[in-house]
Amino acid sequence: MVNVPWTARLALRALKANKMRTLLTMLGIIIGVAAVIAMLAVGTGATQQLTEQISSMGSNLLIVLPGSTTSGGIRMGAGTQPTLTAGDAQAILEEAPAVDAVAPVLSGTAQVVYGHQNWSTGIVGTTSSMLTVRDWPLAQGRGFSGADVKNATKVCLMGQTVVDNLFGDEDPIGKNIKIQNLPFTVVGVLSVKGQSAMGQDQDDTIMVPLTTAQRKLFGTAFPGMIRIMLVKAKDTSELDNAQTQITDILRQRHHIGQQQDDDFTVRNLTQIMQAAEQSTKIMTLLLGAIASVSLLVGGIGIMNIMLVSITERTREIGIRMAIGAKTWDIRFQFLMEAFIMSMIGGIGGIAMGMSGSAVLSKIAGWPVIVSPFSILLAFGFSGAVGIFFGFYPAYKASLLNPIDALRYE
Amino acid sequence: MALIEADKISKKYTLGDVEVNALRDVSLTIDKGEFVSIMGASGSGKSTFMNILGCLDKPTSGRYLLEGIDISGLDRDELAEIRNVKIGFVFQGFNLLPRTQAIENVELPMFYKGVATQERAERAMDALSMVGLETRAKHYPNQLSGGQQQRVAIARALVNEAPIILADEPTGNLDTKTSVEIMDLFQRLNVENGITIILVTHESDIAEWSRRTIRFMDGQLMLDEERKATHG
Repeated sequence: MVNVPWTARLALRALKANKMRTLLTMLGIIIGVAAVIAMLAVGTGATQQLTEQISSMGSNLLIVLPGSTTSGGIRMGAGTQPTLTAGDAQAILEEAPAVDAVAPVLSGTAQVVYGHQNWSTGIVGTTSSMLTVRDWPLAQGRGFSGADVKNATKVCLMGQTVVDNLFGDEDPIGKNIKIQNLPFTVVGVLSVKGQSAMGQDQDDTIMVPLTTAQRKLFGTAFPGMIRIMLVKAKDTSELDNAQTQITDILRQRHHIGQQQDDDFTVRNLTQIMQAAEQSTKIMTLLLGAIASVSLLVGGIGIMNIMLVSITERTREIGIRMAIGAKTWDIRFQFLMEAFIMSMIGGIGGIAMGMSGSAVLSKIAGWPVIVSPFSILLAFGFSGAVGIFFGFYPAYKASLLNPIDALRYE
Repeated sequence: MALIEADKISKKYTLGDVEVNALRDVSLTIDKGEFVSIMGASGSGKSTFMNILGCLDKPTSGRYLLEGIDISGLDRDELAEIRNVKIGFVFQGFNLLPRTQAIENVELPMFYKGVATQERAERAMDALSMVGLETRAKHYPNQLSGGQQQRVAIARALVNEAPIILADEPTGNLDTKTSVEIMDLFQRLNVENGITIILVTHESDIAEWSRRTIRFMDGQLMLDEERKATHG
């Protein structure tokens, strides 16, 4: 039977006899494994960031935008014609079975003042549904009540960025601020959401009741006008149904004839983001595949060196055969050398890949995640490369004719 | 039963278009405990015969029985096993593994046989003492003289208690004084341990240590004479 520890010791000794050569051969594997680890880490980091952004946006989300205007035959972009109303939002919530919640939005930018501090931020007029639609819990305080929306009270919810800029360390709940010189009471603080997929700071916002925005902050072309609405479908599988139902309800409410185009647009944001996530995943795989080509090249390097080594050691092989080494004794000896080289290279590569990823993350400023899976993959892959590329040289060595091998100078 | 029984052994090689008859109908028997020298000019077939005796090669025709086992029916690995336990090789160029201690070189055949670690170390040390090198166990081949290297090789040949030692020009690389020491060692192993020694040489003063000389010429057995040993 083959003696594993002894063969391993034998292999290590043979590798040590040619330190420089062994190191250079291992370098091929080291670079290959490091590249695989780093590329997968970059890809995994990007995917994770995107996933977080998608969940921060809210799940199963549809956006309804008003339609485009046509002036003098020139069609303007989507959202240029104010056609959506709070009534539309109410109708969708009541009549579309696939819809879970609807948040109408009328937004603008305003200067906000507290004491000596002032800050310009986005003001979002909406209802309490907004927090449901966007999966956005409060950090403290309360949300809008039905009475707030009905009576257009001057209360507001504040994003963390605004809190930081106006209040610093002070507790904002119950404090009065001025938005466009109108006094508002802060009733709640929104939990931190971070950046959106487009890189906007989602916490730089103030929410006020929709009616307050309509009647007191921003002028509207007609009563009840809203800019857009965010719709949450009951389930991911209901997104398409919800889209159809919204379209039908709005066409009916807006009296749009059979041949006429919609005066609104329904966008499935979740789907768009999921497509982006999918493409990031594919990019990760692609990067990994490209990186593994260098691992393949490293493997060919091992094979090359093993073939040279076997030629150089023909006489040694002959001696071993003469004194009783069998086919598998010889084969195993050289396989072990290739395997050890690739495994040590693999370990070095993992170390280099991990530190490389850390550096990359610092420089590029995006999260880089070395997953245990990628380490296991790299480790297994480098071992397999060693065995695969070591096999042919080992096979060749084991088939030498002992007489010729002994006579080899 | 004879230890070695060669029955009409022939070996043919094809070199390009030419067919070379390296051995033609060689028949001989060697009994246990004999000390035989094989002589002949280069190309006479003596090396081919040695390779066949050593189970490194198989005859084209004829039968070779080693302790009654027909070698021609065995495969690569079975031949390796026979070499491992039945035959100890001693070469002109010593053929020790470089960067490997004397004792590790001696242990090598036992690894391929699968001997346990403890026993391996003991038997290797015993074999080294038999050739008088127990104090050099940890030396590497390049730290040993030619004669010492050859004695390590002989210890390696002894360690699996093979009944036969096949020595191919064992003194070819040694000076006269060392040659005498090595031949003396062979003789002692032959007389005291009953090991069959088969020695290939082209030097007649080396052949004189043996008690039987076989001479090859043009692939045929020319002479097979027994005599009283002049040494020892």
